[in-house]
Amino acid sequence: MNWPVITLLLVLPLIGSALIVASWLLRGGNDQAALGRDARYIALWTTLITFLVSLTLWTGFDTKSAGFQFLETKPWFGGLMSYRVGVDGISMLFVVLTTFLMPFCILASWQSVDKRVAEYMVAFLVLETMMIGVFVALDLVLFYLFFEGTLIPMFIIIGVWGGARRVYASFKFFLFTFLGSVLVLLAIMAMYWTAQTTNIVELLKYDFPLNLQTWLWLAFFASFAVKMPMWPVHTWLPDAHVEAPTAGSVILAGILLKLGGYGFIRFSLSMLPDASANFAPLVFALSCVAIIYTSLVAMMQDDIKKLIAYSSVAHMGFVTIGIFTFTEQGLQGALFQMLSHGLVSGALFLCVGIVYDRMHTREINAYGGLVHRMPVYAVFFMVFTLANVGLPGTSGFVGEVLSLTGAFIANSWVAVFATTGVILSACYALWLYRRVIFGPLEKPSLAALNDVTAREILVLAPLVVLVIGFGIYPSAVFDITAASVKALLLNTHLAVKTGLPLLAAY
Amino acid sequence: MISAIVFLPLLGFIIAGAVTLIGRRMSIPAGAGHGGHGSDHDDHGAAPMSAANDHGHDAHHAAAPGARFAELVTTGFLMVSALLSWIVFFQVGFGGQGYHVRLLRFIHVGNFVADWALWVDTMTAVMLVVVNTVSALVHLYSIGYMAHDEHRPRFFAYLSLFTFAMLMLVTSDNFIQLFFGWEGVGLASYLLIGFWFNKRSANDASMKAFIVNRVGDFGFALGIFAVFVLFGSVAFDTVFANAPALAGKPFVFIGLHVDALTCCCLLLFVGAMGKSAQLFLHTWLPDAMEGPTPVSALIHAATMVTAGVFMVARLSPLMEQAPAALSIITIVGASTAFFAATVGLVQNDIKRVIAYSTCSQLGYMFAAAGVGAYSLAIFHLFTHAFFKALLFLGSGSVIHAVSGEQDIRHMGGLAKRIPLTYWMMTIGTLALTGFGLPLSGIGFAGFISKDAIIGATFVGHGPAAGYAFALLVIAAFMTSFYSWRLVFLVFHGKSRMTADVESHVHESPLTMTVPLMVLAVGAVVAGMVFMRQFGDDHGVADFFRKSLFLSDHNHTLHDIHGAPLWVELAPTVMMIAGFGLAWLFYMSRTDLPAKLAAAQPVAYRFILNKWYFDEIYNFLLVQPARWLGRFLWKKGDGWLIDGFGPDGVAARVMDVTRGVVRLQSGFLYHYAFAMLMGITALLTWYMFAGGAR
Repeated sequence: MNWPVITLLLVLPLIGSALIVASWLLRGGNDQAALGRDARYIALWTTLITFLVSLTLWTGFDTKSAGFQFLETKPWFGGLMSYRVGVDGISMLFVVLTTFLMPFCILASWQSVDKRVAEYMVAFLVLETMMIGVFVALDLVLFYLFFEGTLIPMFIIIGVWGGARRVYASFKFFLFTFLGSVLVLLAIMAMYWTAQTTNIVELLKYDFPLNLQTWLWLAFFASFAVKMPMWPVHTWLPDAHVEAPTAGSVILAGILLKLGGYGFIRFSLSMLPDASANFAPLVFALSCVAIIYTSLVAMMQDDIKKLIAYSSVAHMGFVTIGIFTFTEQGLQGALFQMLSHGLVSGALFLCVGIVYDRMHTREINAYGGLVHRMPVYAVFFMVFTLANVGLPGTSGFVGEVLSLTGAFIANSWVAVFATTGVILSACYALWLYRRVIFGPLEKPSLAALNDVTAREILVLAPLVVLVIGFGIYPSAVFDITAASVKALLLNTHLAVKTGLPLLAAY
Repeated sequence: MISAIVFLPLLGFIIAGAVTLIGRRMSIPAGAGHGGHGSDHDDHGAAPMSAANDHGHDAHHAAAPGARFAELVTTGFLMVSALLSWIVFFQVGFGGQGYHVRLLRFIHVGNFVADWALWVDTMTAVMLVVVNTVSALVHLYSIGYMAHDEHRPRFFAYLSLFTFAMLMLVTSDNFIQLFFGWEGVGLASYLLIGFWFNKRSANDASMKAFIVNRVGDFGFALGIFAVFVLFGSVAFDTVFANAPALAGKPFVFIGLHVDALTCCCLLLFVGAMGKSAQLFLHTWLPDAMEGPTPVSALIHAATMVTAGVFMVARLSPLMEQAPAALSIITIVGASTAFFAATVGLVQNDIKRVIAYSTCSQLGYMFAAAGVGAYSLAIFHLFTHAFFKALLFLGSGSVIHAVSGEQDIRHMGGLAKRIPLTYWMMTIGTLALTGFGLPLSGIGFAGFISKDAIIGATFVGHGPAAGYAFALLVIAAFMTSFYSWRLVFLVFHGKSRMTADVESHVHESPLTMTVPLMVLAVGAVVAGMVFMRQFGDDHGVADFFRKSLFLSDHNHTLHDIHGAPLWVELAPTVMMIAGFGLAWLFYMSRTDLPAKLAAAQPVAYRFILNKWYFDEIYNFLLVQPARWLGRFLWKKGDGWLIDGFGPDGVAARVMDVTRGVVRLQSGFLYHYAFAMLMGITALLTWYMFAGGAR
């Protein structure tokens, strides 16, 4: 395949937004209803086509190779930096996850967003370009532009189409992420001065001195930890989720949280292996605290979305643990957990959106006994709840069991603390389900509820298929990531001069 | 064939599940409110048998479209599975065959290799027979028992789902699929306990079951990780082959220097404790009786709760190398047998008495496994499945007869009114209490298997064995007492029913009584027929072959032959004594129980309240967790992190900038839009200018 697939993926959503703008200009801003319809359909088709194009990455991918594929390189700014994109097994996964989730976001916003539809769709399409860009960028500067670029559309989506406290939430979101961003910019400059290149492929081979690694690691950590988010810099997430529109929550949980994990793998682990090994105990400690702390907090929430948001923080704890175990199981588990969490928490937010659209409340106490009126919905919600709990046979299990295995190899204390998460997740998730779905239908406001519509089934059914499909046959994913993960760990182990007593045999 | 055995129930689940969903969706009126809907369900939840007097089987079918179809499909599939299981049982157990079918890759990451597989050796074949036979009978029974429930298709779907998960559990060839089945049966148990989802108590009980089991699974999971770290594999054959080499090797677990295999085995055993309701993790089982009675028979007596015993026996190659772990298993098992029997003495709910009995009998099985008599543990599992399922289904028949009443204080004198049920329950009781002729090998199923276990604990080595022997003999006395107490209170003496209930008493339909009779045959003969295969050391070697590993110094089964006479007589003496005391208390001097309770109020309340486990756990775990959750949320997140973090910073910034810069949200939007435009422009510029170069 010679045509530039990745550039196409980056440009397609922009073309879509251009079309929406064109429609806006043509209609002169008078006919809001028609403009909204245009925007919805353009956005839907754009995201669908983008998804289909991204599938060619999957089909054309050489699973034997650990290197970057579909490479495109063009010098930029007179060779100071370059437009360099490509994917390996790790990033390809996230690119496809991004393009896969986008049509669902558009569909989920079909009726629930009814003001400024055109702007909303443009923001989402631009966001898609930014997110894909983060995963495919192979130049530091390019990466930074995309990485920070994702903030803006998301900030706008929360701030404009969000709930009552949207301004507070978007400020908080911005404030937390901003500090890390500045530090990452400094780190990128330091890397350039040291290695004399911004080419990520070159930097992956470059051996940074230990002293510098420490500072670079901390700078990256400041940014990625917020994005994950790790405890104690997680408090922006519940607020952002609660205020964000449904589709915003889906993207936030599904993709934006994964930027942190991707960053940890691509930069911290790969480029700064010594520092990563040294700081692994810190990451473990924070992750264990996160799992237990946020699970307990999740249990006490009254707001469905906030509960799921806190559960996301706990689940990301497994990811950070897995990444820094320096084991194949841990890293694969972390990757799989990110993918699975993207699907599951995205689906859960979609589920919340479905009842929110009907009842306009997210208070758990406002519900109860939904199974009487919405049996099909109850089944969907059950499947995703169980996946969230990590029941074997769903995708949630695979990531958890592997990252915890890695944790046990690295340090059995970490495994013991982190595994308590499986008990606590059952507590908060089943309690939520029981309060919302089970019990008698007593509240008069719920008596006229309708079950999921065909459009909603269309949104949820593919997610069910994937959640169960990946739970039964996770090899579909591991086949893609295996070569890259193995190569990464091999390089890391070679590079680590100090640090953990690693069980390299595993 | 083996694939058919395992996947027919899954197919049944999918079909019945589809019927459920389509039926429910059609039966819900759209849009306009339907206020009475919820209260309809309430009736069902509170008194499932409220219409028990009405046995027109087709009367309610309109309420559940496709119900008959779902019932017939799932029951039919299970019948076929059960039949095939017996064929496999004879092929594998007696014909020396074995199956190992690899279905699909599951998790392949480095050495962490687990496949979806169906592995059938004798151990599995025994489980296949137990699971599918009981499940098929319970399916059949449920057609009668659930005839008035409009949610029947869902019920049958769950039953089949459970069966599938249980079959995956027993046919696994690795720890991961085992764990899949393990949690799968947990899910089915959760769904079935909470089947009547309007009942608050049922919802509570189902959550409790899942969460307490998760506590067990916490240990189980850690055990699997430990096994992987030690062996570099999660496949049974690799792990078993390398177990002798690791015997006695040290291992560091959470900073402690421990024996590697002991550590693994104990962690795995924590999982077994959860699933099999052993002491400390038993609290969910009595509450699980909130589910419909057929569920109690299938899941909470005959099959799922025995999964822990199966696991210990399956892992015999590991367990045999960890004698310290085995001792602890014996102690936990024997303590549970004793503890649960004491609680069973005074319970008044017919199902809870049997539930505690189950808990107690599971303790016997673990005690047997702990002294190295794995085949006896499986033997008791096998016979117990028949007579305990019989007792549960029989009690279901009683409950059915008395309009949903479960309190045995409100029954009495039922023997003449429902004679068939009475005789079936009596057979079950004779089997449970161990009725038989000592030294002759003639007796009910429980007599053969339980007395052998008591003998095994006597000849077993170590202090744990002696402890177990003493407790198990006392427990045998209590078993006999509470079982006969139940029979006397329910079936004999004067009726204590209300007139209304009394007038509706009736024998159950054939769909319910036929399964009882089939199980009764098993409860009578299962022990005598299979004594050689499970209880005799040569017979065991021929029958189990490689599916059971016994180390060279494990002679428990052989030594039973040399046990003194009084040991062989002890269980029978206890059985008779228990019967006699029950007769005295509940047939002849019926004033004695109340007097005794009044004379020993503290002891009575202690066992009546199940040794206060629920209260202690609530005080030590549940309340603190909730308090901590709220504290961390309000104080940790709200006050500390946000207060000194973003809110604090924002407040300071606002202090400084107030009056200097008007920091409005609009300003930020402009800023953001500008950045966005800048990036878009850059990219566009590159596309056209840079790209052309």
